[in-house]
Amino acid sequence: MSPDTQSHQNQSRDDQTSASSTPAPVLELRGIRKSFGDVAVLRGIDLTLHAHEVIVVIGASGSGKSTLLKTANLLESIDDGQILLQGADISDPRIDVDRTRSRIGVVFQQFNLFPHLTVLANVTLAARKVHGVAKPAAETEARRLLERVGLGSFASSYPDRLSGGQQQRVAIVRAIATNPELLLLDEVTSALDPLLVGEVLDLVTELKEQGSTILMTTHEMSFARKVADRIVFLHLGEVVEEGPPAELLDSPRHPALKEFLSRVSH
Amino acid sequence: MTAGDGAAVVAAPPSQIEVERRLYRSRRGRQSILVSIVSTVVVVALVWVGVVNTPGWATVQQSFFDPGVAVDTFPSILQGLWLNVRILFFASIGVAIFATLLAVIRGLRSPVFFPLRVVATGYTDLFRGLPLIIVLYLVGYGIPGLGIFPRLPAEVWGTVAIIVTYSSYVAEVLRAGMEAVHPSQRLAARSLGLSHAQTLRLVVLPQGLRKVTPALMNDFVSMQKDVGLVSILGAVDAVRAANIAQAETFNFTPYFVAGLLFVLISLPLIRLTDGLARRQQRREQIGGAV
Repeated sequence: MSPDTQSHQNQSRDDQTSASSTPAPVLELRGIRKSFGDVAVLRGIDLTLHAHEVIVVIGASGSGKSTLLKTANLLESIDDGQILLQGADISDPRIDVDRTRSRIGVVFQQFNLFPHLTVLANVTLAARKVHGVAKPAAETEARRLLERVGLGSFASSYPDRLSGGQQQRVAIVRAIATNPELLLLDEVTSALDPLLVGEVLDLVTELKEQGSTILMTTHEMSFARKVADRIVFLHLGEVVEEGPPAELLDSPRHPALKEFLSRVSH
Repeated sequence: MTAGDGAAVVAAPPSQIEVERRLYRSRRGRQSILVSIVSTVVVVALVWVGVVNTPGWATVQQSFFDPGVAVDTFPSILQGLWLNVRILFFASIGVAIFATLLAVIRGLRSPVFFPLRVVATGYTDLFRGLPLIIVLYLVGYGIPGLGIFPRLPAEVWGTVAIIVTYSSYVAEVLRAGMEAVHPSQRLAARSLGLSHAQTLRLVVLPQGLRKVTPALMNDFVSMQKDVGLVSILGAVDAVRAANIAQAETFNFTPYFVAGLLFVLISLPLIRLTDGLARRQQRREQIGGAV
């Protein structure tokens, strides 16, 4: 992607256990801690996400899933630990936060499209204002992406004319329009009518097939099984179990995970 | 994949029952219009008869509603009104700029801006409490008295006083609008990599403005008539022109003419404001048939 990220790769010193030929992971979380007042939401999270990998974080409400995703995008500050993006420490207060965020795409549960802007303007906003792409070029690319997700005819509509599923697909297009190095998807189907969940999940599957690097949270276990390379189970702010979907979902070891899986339909 | 979103629905012709319901509704609609016309005519007639039959009506009519005086003084008052319109134009631009600045400063969170924020808060507190007429005296006579500005006409200082006062009201309205924008909108903007300033300019301000448009229009209407107060500094606006004409004719009709003109220029905007407010209310109450 952007050329300067390559140069950061060798800066992360010591404990790179992987061979020197393999590139640094896209995202590496080391001992992330975060408390809100007296409540410890994240209690030392370690997580490594390699290029083209899809990690699904599961866990009960309040287990810290959303907070974890927000810390990865610096939308939430951390109390301790380190966050490395392409090997460079982005939890360092001296880095350019806006620049870092522009390298990561985020999709929220509630879509959060800008209601005063057309679909096209929503999708091109970051390209034009953050990445300095000229308007015609940004619009051509945005129209191409919207066409691909079947929303080409909505380019000049305002978000309130769209269904929830369509809005969420626009939100995903907005997040990928600037070719982010990492995509964070925070329960992207939780606010949707069951009938509309499918169209959004299909789009996420397509992104995976195209090689996107994705960290996501979801309550859709069947989807997690299908799309995840690895599933991470978060319990009371800690990773208590992680592994390939089949292994983790079919033969859970930790009692909390067993209990969790018995409560969600999958 | 997801294709073919947005198929249009063709409306079917209404059923017999629906046709009947519509007929009933339009019949009832015509009846209520008739009732409202009759009641309006009756009330106006009663008030008119009541006023005309008061013992002093003849004198009042002569000194306030003299058609001859009205026609004679109309040109000079209209000329004065042109000054009001010009002051209104420049004051609006000044208020828009200054009030936005104040609102943005009050919304800054960083501790670095603490002193600025205190100044802005103190400013809005002070000028919302201070009567415009006092600000007009202070600015109109005080600032030229400092002797650091070249001699400027009274209307310039009047405009400054109006900007200074109205900015504090408008800033509060704007701030309320910006705070009414849901935090998730800022979050979404920042997650795209937009800076704080870009988020404010491209996402928060446009949405906040929409939320408070009726309140802003209301302030504008209010300012439109308060512009008449610059007459106390000696600027020959519509009110001052009426004042001069009254002194010449010993008749109060010029004030009536000036008042009528002020109402006439503000009427379109008042109606527009009402309409906007109603439309917004309708949009926000969609689904509630109460």
